[in-house]
Amino acid sequence: MAGTGEGKKEEADYKRLHSFPLIRHTDMPEEMRVETMELCVTACEKFATNNESAAKMIKESMDKKFGSSWHVVIGEGFGFEVTHEVKNLLYMFFGGSLAVCVWKCS
Amino acid sequence: HSKSNELKEEITRVLNANNPHAPKNLVRYSFKEHFYKPVTAVDHLAVHFALDGNLLHKDSEEARRLSLFQLPTGMAAVKNPGILIWTTTPVEDGGDSEETGDEDKPRSASSKRRKREAKITNQFNFSERAGQTRNNPSRERSCQTEPPPRVTFSGSVNQWEIYDAYFQKMQNQDIIEKRKKSTVEKKDDFDVKKKMMMELAKVGEVAMIIERMVIQNTMDDIAQDFKYFEDASDEFRDQEGTLLPLWTFQYEKARHLTVTALCWNNKYQDLFAVGLGSYDFGKQEGGMLLFFSLKNSAFPEHIYSTASGILCLDIHPQLSYLVAVGFYDGCVAVYNLKEKQEDPVYKSTASTGKHTDPVWQVRWQNDDMDSNHMFCSVSSDGRVVTWTLVKNELMSSDIIRLSVKGAPSDGSDGSQLPVISHGTSLDFHKQIDYLFLVGTEEGKIYKCSKTYSSQFLETYDAHRMPVDTVKWNHFHPKIFISCSSDWNVKIWDHTVNTPMFTFDLNSPVGDVCWAPYSSTIFAAVTIDRKVHVFDLSINKFEGICHQIVVAKKTRLTHIEFNPIYPIIIVGDDRGTVTSLKLSPNLRKKPKSKKGQELPKGSEAEVLKMDRLLSLLREPELD
Repeated sequence: MAGTGEGKKEEADYKRLHSFPLIRHTDMPEEMRVETMELCVTACEKFATNNESAAKMIKESMDKKFGSSWHVVIGEGFGFEVTHEVKNLLYMFFGGSLAVCVWKCS
Repeated sequence: HSKSNELKEEITRVLNANNPHAPKNLVRYSFKEHFYKPVTAVDHLAVHFALDGNLLHKDSEEARRLSLFQLPTGMAAVKNPGILIWTTTPVEDGGDSEETGDEDKPRSASSKRRKREAKITNQFNFSERAGQTRNNPSRERSCQTEPPPRVTFSGSVNQWEIYDAYFQKMQNQDIIEKRKKSTVEKKDDFDVKKKMMMELAKVGEVAMIIERMVIQNTMDDIAQDFKYFEDASDEFRDQEGTLLPLWTFQYEKARHLTVTALCWNNKYQDLFAVGLGSYDFGKQEGGMLLFFSLKNSAFPEHIYSTASGILCLDIHPQLSYLVAVGFYDGCVAVYNLKEKQEDPVYKSTASTGKHTDPVWQVRWQNDDMDSNHMFCSVSSDGRVVTWTLVKNELMSSDIIRLSVKGAPSDGSDGSQLPVISHGTSLDFHKQIDYLFLVGTEEGKIYKCSKTYSSQFLETYDAHRMPVDTVKWNHFHPKIFISCSSDWNVKIWDHTVNTPMFTFDLNSPVGDVCWAPYSSTIFAAVTIDRKVHVFDLSINKFEGICHQIVVAKKTRLTHIEFNPIYPIIIVGDDRGTVTSLKLSPNLRKKPKSKKGQELPKGSEAEVLKMDRLLSLLREPELD
């Protein structure tokens, strides 16, 4: 089955090419955005199989760095409507299949 | 007597521990055997009185503990074999006379020990006082802050959305890369353009030369006239001379402005500066500083636009790239032609003591002892100020404050403020460094010295209108000239306070100027479009040339002789500068008589003037 083989190759290609973090929406200042993005990447790579742990790590680190009341959602598919403090939201994709939403609201 | 028998009868009563009131028929239900059972063991104890004692056994643990810390606190230990009795004994005031009586003797040992104990104060001997302070009034304050701004954000995500996002991103990146490639190519284009610009800059100099060549070609007849034409008809005229118009200099953007100042460059004698502004004080609309060369009458060499109108300027006699400028708004500034910038390199500010009224004249001075460049200015605010160019700012110091009544009082008491005299013109003596003249709006001319700031050396009651110009003669150290809008031009000996010569030109005189080549020749412009040239050695009463030089409805404002060429430039109120060549009659050298060797140069000029003056004085002596 050449078709499926090709499909697999394509998928691998896709995974390889699309592993970079892709910010979909953010209103953070430049410095904060970069830091948060790196943190998300680190967490998702560290806990590649456990989204809950990754979210926990991101939340705790963010609380430490930027003050309390951070919320993190990581998943492959979800819908959300959140109220966040202005300049404190980051919504990004990572690794080709994960969506990470980080926001602050006390 | 059964009764007595009964009495005799002994009734034995046994005291026992049984309670006669105790119930004897108490039953209780037995759950074990499922019936009521009489209770045999009844409590026979009846308590009639109970009192807690405070006796402790002496050897007991508690007694020992108590005796350790409670002895000195007013508790007297009564010694009893085996029992320690604690009693509280009230201590009397005297204290010493306590515990007397029969108890004392048998327990002398214990009383002795007690005496050694610390004296105990009467615990009932005290008074109590209480007071209440006012409670501080409490106050409530509150405020509310804006909560940090919040926004809602919503979205949903699933795998294909993520895929699409990444896919689009990749496509965008491809496009960007392609664009980058193309911009690299474009950059090459840009470089080419830049190169062209650079080449253009290189071409600039060449273009300038070509422009001049073209001008020289098209204006060839004028150039020829400038160089070679001498009015032949002068020979047939007795004394009069003529003026030959040469180039006119005009800059399109300066058309609405008036020429307010003219100054030749000492180093490059074909170059002159034109200051443009307005004398109509209700209509001030910026100014301009232009530099024209005789080699190019079509376009200025340098153009500087200024926010305020220029009223005067002076080019440094040695450093010809430094130009001092005085503005209508009271500022003075220094432009450096070497700097490729629009703004002046120095400009006075309110904090560095700028004039509060228009600056009417600026003049460069010799450098000070630290070889800083200096210039002087005079303004309507009555101050004559020297400005020193220090590193990157102008330092000002007042030389003199002009006041109407002779010596200016400093007015520190405020009771009599000196009436300010508004300076309008200024000139420094050519040889005597400290001596200078100031013309004023009231028509007076003051002779001042830089060393005496409190008084004038001389006051000349010169004119009835503002003095437009005062100028020292180039050769004779005593002579100066003044002109005013009251139609008069006057020539003075600074040691005499009446004029030597007075000429009425029948029209307000805008400017007057000594010829650089003769001590007796001067030229003046009147606003009726005429240039008047006088040679005192030829005619002491009338000018040798009166010529209308500009078109109708134009007023002449300023005039200046070129330092070496026989030409003059005149400025008018339409921003135009006209250059005129003086005919031979207007620049005659004194005739040399046979056998008489005339002294050369400046000495001859001084002599010529002296002769004139002596002629003037002699009739007075008669």
